Amino acid sequence: MKTVCCSIIGFGAIGQGVAEVLLKKKEYLESIGLEVKVVAVVDSKGATVNPEGVDLADCLSRKMTGGTVALESISGVEVIQSVAHELVIETTPTNIQTGGAGLQNMFAAFQTGKDVITSNKGPLTLKYRELMEAAKSAGSHFRFEATVGGSMPIINLTNEVLAGNKVKSIKGILNGTCNYILTRMLEERASYNDILAESMQLGIAETDPTYDVEGIDTACKLVILANAIFGLDATYNDVEVTGITKVTPEALEMAYERGHVIKLIGEVSRERIHVSPRLVPINHPLAVGGTLNVASVDTELAGEITVTGKGAGPIETASAILSDLIAIYEN
Amino acid sequence: MRVSMDIELKDVPGQMLLALQPLSECKANLITVVHHHQKRTPRKTVPVKLVLETKPESIETIKAKLEENGIRVVRVGEHRFRESINVVLIGHVVHTGIQDTIDEIDRTGFAEVVDLSLSMPGINMLSSALIRIDAVGKEDLHRALAILKEVSAKKDLLMVLPIEIQA
Repeated sequence: MKTVCCSIIGFGAIGQGVAEVLLKKKEYLESIGLEVKVVAVVDSKGATVNPEGVDLADCLSRKMTGGTVALESISGVEVIQSVAHELVIETTPTNIQTGGAGLQNMFAAFQTGKDVITSNKGPLTLKYRELMEAAKSAGSHFRFEATVGGSMPIINLTNEVLAGNKVKSIKGILNGTCNYILTRMLEERASYNDILAESMQLGIAETDPTYDVEGIDTACKLVILANAIFGLDATYNDVEVTGITKVTPEALEMAYERGHVIKLIGEVSRERIHVSPRLVPINHPLAVGGTLNVASVDTELAGEITVTGKGAGPIETASAILSDLIAIYEN
Repeated sequence: MRVSMDIELKDVPGQMLLALQPLSECKANLITVVHHHQKRTPRKTVPVKLVLETKPESIETIKAKLEENGIRVVRVGEHRFRESINVVLIGHVVHTGIQDTIDEIDRTGFAEVVDLSLSMPGINMLSSALIRIDAVGKEDLHRALAILKEVSAKKDLLMVLPIEIQA
């Protein structure tokens, strides 16, 4: 049995999802020879640390009732630097302006020779090359499947399962909030603002939805794909971005009468990175509804491969983190 | 008017020049030439498809001159565009001059706006238009879309293109 000592830095919805999935999958992980021991859980107020392994169920319960897991005032970077472990699961909130705490946590992890698995897009959008170089020079594993498309496998699918295929382009719906809004606007023939309000009530859209509806979130995911799959050194500024705020119910209806839906489509190839609303034929593989994400990978040998799945949600995102963990440590 | 013409050339050098001379003499504007190098008709001639812009009264003269040059004219017909695409425009589509937007495409000669659906829900609300553009060939379609993109940017219109077109 191999014991993997890890920290969970960031204990919001995704971090808690990871804790739940680790509890749920304990026996399965043991059956493939892995014991995952969480030695620290960190949130914005502090941390719970126990080199023998923290009680995840207790952490979840304290977070639920008291709003924090903090038993001592210690930051993520301090935990990474002072507590012995080999894997940092980095699930702090995304900040695409500065990279936020996530960026500091990742650099600290590589400086101390630790592996990193993350769902945090911000640092990868801003400093992809520096992070990859830091990981490489430390000999650390660095995986981030959860940053694009939640549970939907796209980075590992392309780089590992489809290895040997030259990828020509990737097109898809990479933001569930936009997909929900456009789907509901057509169904209800309702305005953008009405459906945005509904999405906020349901918790599908954030209180400040700018990041999603202006296409910024999709653009960040494309930057990660451009770098991780096409080997580019792209940043957010390389993306042409148009969001969905101007789309009208009348436009959706006219398109539908001619056999099309309007979707916010992200496209990436070696030549260009682009986000904009597009007309998609109703029977096209990318015409999925609700909050679903979908991506079509156009490859040299295998042709077009399309995957679809839930793009957000704590358990779905934790599923991508779990698959990265198994990929690093199994065998 | 725009005319498509199927002709057959003998498989010897200099035939294309003989085919194009009558067009030049009659001041016809040649839009496309598709030369099927690999194909042969049962008469062992090479089929060529022309699309040209000319006056209706010149068509018979062109046909006669081609035949004088030994070129067989198999079919003459009003040209049908081969490429077609739907595009959605959203914004102040009418107030920024929809006629002008359409004219920009129509005056190219290689593409035309052939259908328009328009919705104006209220004075201060965004209008939506769905237009169909027909074009002579794929390249012409892309050129027409590039013009439309420029016009849309000037008029602050959101242009929603089909997924199969590179945006």
